[in-house]
Amino acid sequence: MISYELMGISVLWLFLYGYLIVASIDFGAGFFAFYARSTKQDHVMNRLISRYLSPVWEITNVFFVFFYIGIVGFFPDTAYYYGSALLVPGSIAVILLAIRGSFYAFENYGSKTNIIYLFLYGATGLLIPASLSVALTVSEGGFILKEADAVSLDYWALFTNPLSWSIVGLAIVSVLFISSSFLAFYASRAEDHSALKLLRTYALFWSTPTIITALTAFIFLGQHNERHFQNMMDLWWLLGLSVAFFMVAMWLLYQGRRYGLAFICIMLQFFSAFFAYGIGHYPYILDPYITIQGGATSPSMGFALVVAFIGGLCLLIPSLALVFKLFLFDADYVKGKK
Amino acid sequence: MAVDTVFWSKMVTGMTLGFHAIFATIGVGIPLMIAIAEFIGIRKKDPHYILMAKRWSRGFIISVAVGVVTGTAISLQLALVWPHFMKLAGNVIALPLFMEVFAFFFEAIFLGIYLYTWDRFKNPYIHWLLTIPIVAGAGMSAVFITTVNGFMNQPGGFVMEAGHFTAVDPVQAMLNTATFSKVFHVLSSAYLTGAALLAGIAAFTMLRKGRSAYHKKALNLSMAAVLLFGLLNTLAGDVSAKFLAEHQPEKLAAAEWHFETEKGADLILMGWLNAEHEIIGAIHLPKLLSFLAFGDFNAEVKGLEEFPLDERPPLLVHYLFDFMAGIGFALLAIACLYFLFVFWKKRNELNKWLLRILALTAPLSFLAVEFGWLYAELGRQPWIIRGYMRVEEAATTSPSVRLLFFLFLLLYIALAVVCVLVLRRLFHHKPAEAEMETWMKEKRDSSKEGGERA
Repeated sequence: MISYELMGISVLWLFLYGYLIVASIDFGAGFFAFYARSTKQDHVMNRLISRYLSPVWEITNVFFVFFYIGIVGFFPDTAYYYGSALLVPGSIAVILLAIRGSFYAFENYGSKTNIIYLFLYGATGLLIPASLSVALTVSEGGFILKEADAVSLDYWALFTNPLSWSIVGLAIVSVLFISSSFLAFYASRAEDHSALKLLRTYALFWSTPTIITALTAFIFLGQHNERHFQNMMDLWWLLGLSVAFFMVAMWLLYQGRRYGLAFICIMLQFFSAFFAYGIGHYPYILDPYITIQGGATSPSMGFALVVAFIGGLCLLIPSLALVFKLFLFDADYVKGKK
Repeated sequence: MAVDTVFWSKMVTGMTLGFHAIFATIGVGIPLMIAIAEFIGIRKKDPHYILMAKRWSRGFIISVAVGVVTGTAISLQLALVWPHFMKLAGNVIALPLFMEVFAFFFEAIFLGIYLYTWDRFKNPYIHWLLTIPIVAGAGMSAVFITTVNGFMNQPGGFVMEAGHFTAVDPVQAMLNTATFSKVFHVLSSAYLTGAALLAGIAAFTMLRKGRSAYHKKALNLSMAAVLLFGLLNTLAGDVSAKFLAEHQPEKLAAAEWHFETEKGADLILMGWLNAEHEIIGAIHLPKLLSFLAFGDFNAEVKGLEEFPLDERPPLLVHYLFDFMAGIGFALLAIACLYFLFVFWKKRNELNKWLLRILALTAPLSFLAVEFGWLYAELGRQPWIIRGYMRVEEAATTSPSVRLLFFLFLLLYIALAVVCVLVLRRLFHHKPAEAEMETWMKEKRDSSKEGGERA
C-alpha cells in the first residue's frame, strides 16, 4: 500500500499532465485561429477549430483549478510558499486566463467577427503557458528569498537565469506542436482536406523546435539543479521512450497517415518526458523547502480527499465519455452535419 | 507598510468577490429558471417557453464565462493574497474546495452538452433532463463554498495545537454550526435574485417595446418564482438571525446597534450615531429584536458591550443589514402587489407604473445580494477565522498587492463593459417575437422536407 501523499501527488501530476494536453490544444488553437485570420486562411480551418472548442472550453479551465485546489489541499505548505512568491506572476496568469476565457465566450456566443477578441484569445494562448511555467522554474529552488516571516520571489535571479527562459520557450513551442498535431487529427476525422494540409504543415514545422528547446531546457536544468538532473538521467529509459514516441509520430505525420495514432504517440512522448521530470523531482515539491512527506496534510484530510476524488471521478468519467461521444467521436458532428 | 498591504489585500479580495458575487448568483439562480421554463414548454407544448429557455441560456452562458474566470481568480487569490490563511486552514477546508471544483466540472460538462444539443434528441424530455445536473452542480458548488464561509465564521472540526490545526475532521468542519443557515440563505437568495433578474428584464422590455405574449408569460413565470423564493428567503433570513443570536451574538448586535445586553430588546431601524455613540433618528420597534432573535419578546439579547473593543465588527454593518432586509421585504411586497393585480380582473397588471416597479426588482435584488454579502464579511471582522486568526495575520507581505488591485480593477471594468455590450448585441437586434417567427418558419420548412434531420 503506497502512502496517501504519494498517491495524492501521482494523481495530481496525472491531472497536471491532462491539463498540459487539453490546455495546449486549446491555447494553440487560439493562436492558430488568430494566425489564420490575419493571413486570410481562416476560411480553411476556423470553423473546424470553433467546432471542437465550443463545447469543451470551460472543461480546460477546470483541469487547472482542479490541480491547484488539489495541490493546496494535499500539501497546504505549497499555498504559503508558492502563494507568497508567485503573487505577481500568478496574478498575471489569472488575469490572462480571465481575459482568455471571457473573450472566447464573447467572441463565440456574442459577435462572430471581432478581430480584437480573436487577437486577445490568440495572444493569451501563448502568454499563459509562459507565465504558468514560472511555477515549474521556481520549484527547482534558488529563486525564493526567505526572511524571518516572509517569502518572496528573487526576480533578478529568475530573469537572468537561462533555465527560466528555456522553460518558457519549451512551454510555448510544445503548445503549438501539441495543438497542431491534434487539430490535424481532428481535421482528418472531419475529412476537411484543406485544413488538414495546413495543420499537418504546422505540426511538422513545430516538431523540430520542440525537441531542440526540450534538450536546451534539460541542459540548463543540469547546470541549475544537479540532483534533479541526475535523477532524470537515472530514468534514461523514460527519456529514451519519449524520443522514440516522438520519432514514430514524426514518421506518421510525414507519411501523412494515421493521424490519430500520431497524436497518441505525441501524447505518450510528453507523458514519458513529463513523468521523468516529475519522478526526478521527488521528493521535493519546492526545492528545498517542501517535500512530499514533510508538506503533506493530515491523514484524515488526505483520506477524505482521496474518497472525494474517487467519488468525483465516478461522476465525471461517464459525463466526459458522453461529451466525447457527442462531440469528439460523433463523425456527423465533427463534419459539421449536426 | 504592513498595514498598507493588509488594506490592499482586503481591497483586492473584496473587489474580486463583490464582482464575482453578481455572476455567481446568476450562475446558481438562472439554471433553475431555464429548467422550469423548458419543462413548462414541453409540457404545455408552448414554444414561447422553449424560446424562453433558449434565450435565457444564451445570455446565461455569457455570464457563466465571467463567473468562471472570476471564480478562478478568487480561488487563486486565496493562496496568492492570503498565504498564511491557506497555510493554517488549508488542512481543514481543502475538502469542500476540492468538491466544489468537482461540482462545477459536472455542471460545466452538462452545460456544454445542453447548449449544443437543442435539436439532437427525438424525445424533448431527454434534452430537459440535461438541466438537472446543471441545476444540481450549480447548487452544490454554492453549498460547498458556503461551508467554507461557514467555517470561517464558526470554525470547528480540529484541535488547535502549537499554532497548527491538528486532529482534523474535514466533514465536521464542513458541517459547522453556521453551515445550515448560511446555505439556506445563499440558495434561497440566489434563486430569488435569478427570478427577479428575469422578471425585471421582461418588465423593462415591455416598457420599452410594448407588451407581447412572450414577455407576459416570462413575467408571470418569473414573478411566481419571486413570490415563492421571496417567502423561502424570508424564512432563511429568520433562521440566520436566530443562528447569529445563539452562536455569533456580536455579529447580530453590531447589525442591530444593540450595545447593552437586555431583555425585551428593541429592534432599531436606520438612524445614525452621534459622537457619544447614542442612536439618533432611528425607528424603535419595542421588543421586536428579542422576538426575532429567540422567538420570545422578553428573551435576553447579548449586546456589544460584552465583547472586547478590538473584537467588535464595524458598526457600519447596521446599514448593510437594514438595506438587505428592507429590499428582501420590498421584493416580497412587489410580488404580492403583482399577483393582486393579476387576480383582480379590474386592474391591469401591465400598467406603466407597475411595470416600472417590476423593472426595479432586478437591480434591487442584486443590491441586496451585495449588501448581504458585505454584511456577512464585515460582520466577521476582525477575524478571518473567528477566534483563531485575525485578518491582518493572514495577508501577504508583498507590497505589489497594491499594484495588483489596480490591474484587477482594470480587468473587471473591461469584463463588465464588454459583457454588457455583448449581451446588448445578442438581444438588441433580435427581439423574441422576431426570433419566434423565424424559428417557426424553419420548423415548418423542415417538416415539409419530411423529418430528414430526425
